[in-house]
Amino acid sequence: MLNNRLIEFWVGVFVIAGLVALTMLAFRVSNLTAMETVDGYKVTARFNNVGQLKVKAPITLAGVRIGRVSEIVFDSDKYQAVVTLEIDGRFRKIPRDSSASILTAGLLGEQYVGLEAGADEEFLRQGDSLMLTQSALVLEKLIGQLVANLASSSGKK
Amino acid sequence: MTDTAVHRIGRWALARIVRLGHATAFLHVLLVRSWRLPSRPGPAAAKAARLVVHQLFSVGVLTLAIILVSGIFVGMVLGLQGYNTLVDFGSEASLGLLVALSLTRELGPVVTALLFAGRAGSALTAEIGLMKATEQLAGMEMMAVNPMTRVIAPRFVAGLISLPLLAAMFTVIGIYGGYVVGVIQLGVDAGVYWSQMQDRVDFYDDVVNGLIKGVVFGFVVSWIAVFEGYDSVPTSAGVASATTRTVVSASLAVLGLDFIMTALMMGGS
Repeated sequence: MLNNRLIEFWVGVFVIAGLVALTMLAFRVSNLTAMETVDGYKVTARFNNVGQLKVKAPITLAGVRIGRVSEIVFDSDKYQAVVTLEIDGRFRKIPRDSSASILTAGLLGEQYVGLEAGADEEFLRQGDSLMLTQSALVLEKLIGQLVANLASSSGKK
Repeated sequence: MTDTAVHRIGRWALARIVRLGHATAFLHVLLVRSWRLPSRPGPAAAKAARLVVHQLFSVGVLTLAIILVSGIFVGMVLGLQGYNTLVDFGSEASLGLLVALSLTRELGPVVTALLFAGRAGSALTAEIGLMKATEQLAGMEMMAVNPMTRVIAPRFVAGLISLPLLAAMFTVIGIYGGYVVGVIQLGVDAGVYWSQMQDRVDFYDDVVNGLIKGVVFGFVVSWIAVFEGYDSVPTSAGVASATTRTVVSASLAVLGLDFIMTALMMGGS
């Protein structure tokens, strides 16, 4: 049997290693700090079609992530999807007439909300609604249009 | 009185139920004793702490080697297999994500619990069973020392603490195993390996849920191990079969509970 101090030392090493592993899981693997929106504010945007957009999808402005989608609900009066965007408190100077579009990261990647800055002098605040939106591109519709265009152009010949 | 197959099945089922009842009653006493360990008066609390530390050494520290070695190999295999599958779809950039999600959600807690049942659980059962067979437990009672407090509860608490920590270490070392194969050997970009992982591994849904699994498995495996030891037939053959039962039933319990917990955690989304 090892003596007491050695046992205590190794148990100390064991517990510290376990806690270090947990911290690494939190910050190195899952990036806990980037998950939280610090003192954020919520704005809404209406889309005719949100495609495959999911809650927690990123919101970017000029390619920089500034927040996350916090809620997607269906408005049964206007037959539109109302997407709530939670934007980090560090990004307060976004013009009110900015536009939102649903974009895809890569050809088959996940969908995210891309904001385009407008020119308004006033900035977005909690509860505001984005007026200009562009829906997700649905691949089937695009192909349908392409086929229709091809058919009509070959019909003209 | 004829002994038909139906009788035998009935007798078997009744014996199972009685045993489950014993195990639950045992768990009740065990939890009460474990809860009271830190709140014992003065020097007794320090002594209880030292007992738990000693058990942490034999249950946790001595299990470390097998956990770390298995972790790095599981990670490397995941890296290799994942790369070869993903490269067909041109998405080998997601390798880090694949390795990290597999490990945090499933393989980390489950494989750790299975190894733990084999390495530490069997040792706990054999030790307690042998103490019972050599009448050390009865001797303690004669000296007005409660074997539940002196022997069983510290081992249970140590198992409960060790398993989540071991599972976290397994996961982290496995992710580095995947890194060694994927990034260093097969040429996935290091930045992509980590950034995809950080982007898509959710702290609450993946890391915390994996941790919850670790705690639950630690609870169940330790409970089964100390109960089988305490309840063993006090002979050499009895201790041997109790040790076997610990490994078998703890492994089955881990796999079954893992499915149920996964269904509960992932079912909604």
